[in-house]
Amino acid sequence: MDKAVEPNSFKTGPDEEGMFGIFGGRFVAETLMPLILELQQAYDDAKNDPAFKAELRELSTNYAGRPSKLYYAEGLTRHVRQLAKDRGLDGGAKIYFKREDLNHTGSHKINNCLGQILLAKRMGKTRIIAETGAGQHGVASATVSARFGLPCVVYMGATDVERQAPNVFRMKLLGAEVKPVASGHGTLKDAMNEALRDWVSNVDDTYYLIGTAAGPHPYPELVRDFQSVIGEEARAQILEREGRLPDTIIAAVGGGSNAIGLFHPFLDDKSVEIIGVEAGGRGLDGEEHCASMSAGSPGVLHGNRTYLLQNKDGQILDGHSVSAGLDYPGVGPEHSWLRDTGRVSYVPILDDEALDAFQLTTRVEGIIPALESAHAIAQAVKIAPEMAQDKIMIVNLSGRGDKDVHTVGKLMGMEI
Amino acid sequence: MATRIDRKFAALKAEGRPALVTYFMGGDPDYETSLKIMKALPGSGSDIIELGVPFSDPMADGPAIQAAGLRALKKGMSLTKTLALAASFRESDNTTPIVLMGYYNPIYIYGVDRFLKDAVASGIDGLIIVDLPPEMDAELCIPAIKAGINFIRLATPTTDEKRLPKVLQNTSGFVYYVSMNGITGSALPDTSKVADAVKRIKEHTDLPVVVGFGVKTAEQAKVIGTAADGVVVGTAIVNAVANTIRPDGSLVADPAEAVATMVQGLSTGVRAVRLAAAE
Repeated sequence: MDKAVEPNSFKTGPDEEGMFGIFGGRFVAETLMPLILELQQAYDDAKNDPAFKAELRELSTNYAGRPSKLYYAEGLTRHVRQLAKDRGLDGGAKIYFKREDLNHTGSHKINNCLGQILLAKRMGKTRIIAETGAGQHGVASATVSARFGLPCVVYMGATDVERQAPNVFRMKLLGAEVKPVASGHGTLKDAMNEALRDWVSNVDDTYYLIGTAAGPHPYPELVRDFQSVIGEEARAQILEREGRLPDTIIAAVGGGSNAIGLFHPFLDDKSVEIIGVEAGGRGLDGEEHCASMSAGSPGVLHGNRTYLLQNKDGQILDGHSVSAGLDYPGVGPEHSWLRDTGRVSYVPILDDEALDAFQLTTRVEGIIPALESAHAIAQAVKIAPEMAQDKIMIVNLSGRGDKDVHTVGKLMGMEI
Repeated sequence: MATRIDRKFAALKAEGRPALVTYFMGGDPDYETSLKIMKALPGSGSDIIELGVPFSDPMADGPAIQAAGLRALKKGMSLTKTLALAASFRESDNTTPIVLMGYYNPIYIYGVDRFLKDAVASGIDGLIIVDLPPEMDAELCIPAIKAGINFIRLATPTTDEKRLPKVLQNTSGFVYYVSMNGITGSALPDTSKVADAVKRIKEHTDLPVVVGFGVKTAEQAKVIGTAADGVVVGTAIVNAVANTIRPDGSLVADPAEAVATMVQGLSTGVRAVRLAAAE
């Protein structure tokens, strides 16, 4: 792949057609085209409306609990310094966690859902649909729908319904209807197909609340904008705490909404190394992973062109990850562009490495991270010992791991 | 440059009846059987053939066509083999138009230029690519027109007056009016609304307008055919194939015969339009 042209700023995309270089776009059926244009118009209006911004700020502060804390992970830092020592090194970077796990509903997903539910209300839509993998976005969608009194249907792969049972129950408690999707492997990709089919069939009253920074334009842009609060806060918080920018920031990438939210405000800070962590599953040799940017190729799915796991005939593969939230064969288009421009490095972390990081963080920090976030932590633990002690790293702790306790217990051979 | 599609509609106009446009899934239930199905279509009364290209994630299709695509993929169907299917059909039929219908990714991965060259060589006359709206015309529509292949666009109930000219701008061959918002195989639409929509589209174009989504019987084909230049039948045909397959994959009956019987029935519907007009 030729390296994409490096722009003056990495923060100006997408263009008017929704493109980030060759990625993004609006690859949707004609039925949906007018809706996407209407959404774009509504979003452009909302962006410039002080009342919209004020309402979002109020909800973010008093309902979601923002700003989220920037926490110095002393136990994990001690751990990586010990690892360095064991290797005869003097290193061990200082690790901070951006605590999105402390948000209402337990993950970063609420940031985007609050923004989009206000858009839906503004557009006069009366029914919400959403797709979900791990159930974090489903729970956040069900939550904001309850808060605003709108009926909500959540599409969820049948496999995920099984492995994320606690979240399924939470959604039901919140009044949402959870529809299991049995096609494919019964994961996020299949849930998204089904949500799109619902939207095509119910265009008049329905708002599709996409949970990640993917899909047709303007979703990648607006989800990114609603999630960028993560990076904006983190940037200000680290400047206040340390008096300087971090050396490295790390986030897990499935569709990539928590990652783009952390990354975007740092994109033009050239001194900051940015690392996105993909699900390496059982290794990149076979098909049992979801590392679309490490091992896939550009293609068109779910409304946008982006890196995908696919075969030579352009059929999409199902992939695999222990983490339902990363179990998606594509990625948001802006990440694909950031990969090709070289601004962000994307690396895989295996299921086993993520499980180790999950347990490690639980023990040394007293924080149970989501399996998705555990991928980012695993990468931090991998590289921090090789970095000097005065280096600073921020890891996005995108969600809490209560939902994963059953999955992890099963893998550890325990019956819960 | 007149294509097979243009010539077909000219001939039907002279005959005074609408076209019967039949969709089937290439490679379902397997390559050889689907070739047999395709070869039997013109003789059973199909005027234009829509050849479905299977895709792993058909986001605008209902359960019947999703299942047909998966059956085909499981038997090793691909875009390459779909083109071979068309080429094989062309050996014995050089007049029935073939419209390839599917999603963009397999074509994108095949390579647009290479695909268009091979599509022309295989006797493909038109393309319906569900996930390429006019906003993405530079991808495939413009190159296809240059290659002499019709790019057929879908118009839907959400396509309003303001948007219609944009949708029609680079459309050729015919316009495919999707008569309801929804996935393929949904319920039959209100026919009076369909007639109004066709009239509305015709105010903007001289192209034939065919109507799809939901037609299952000869009577429905007749009703829709009275209001439009053609009737598309898809899910009913795909179901006719599915009904010949047992859960274990063995056949209860000959799929090609089942499809032929169904199409013969539907064709009496479109042919009745002419009789009705003559009365």
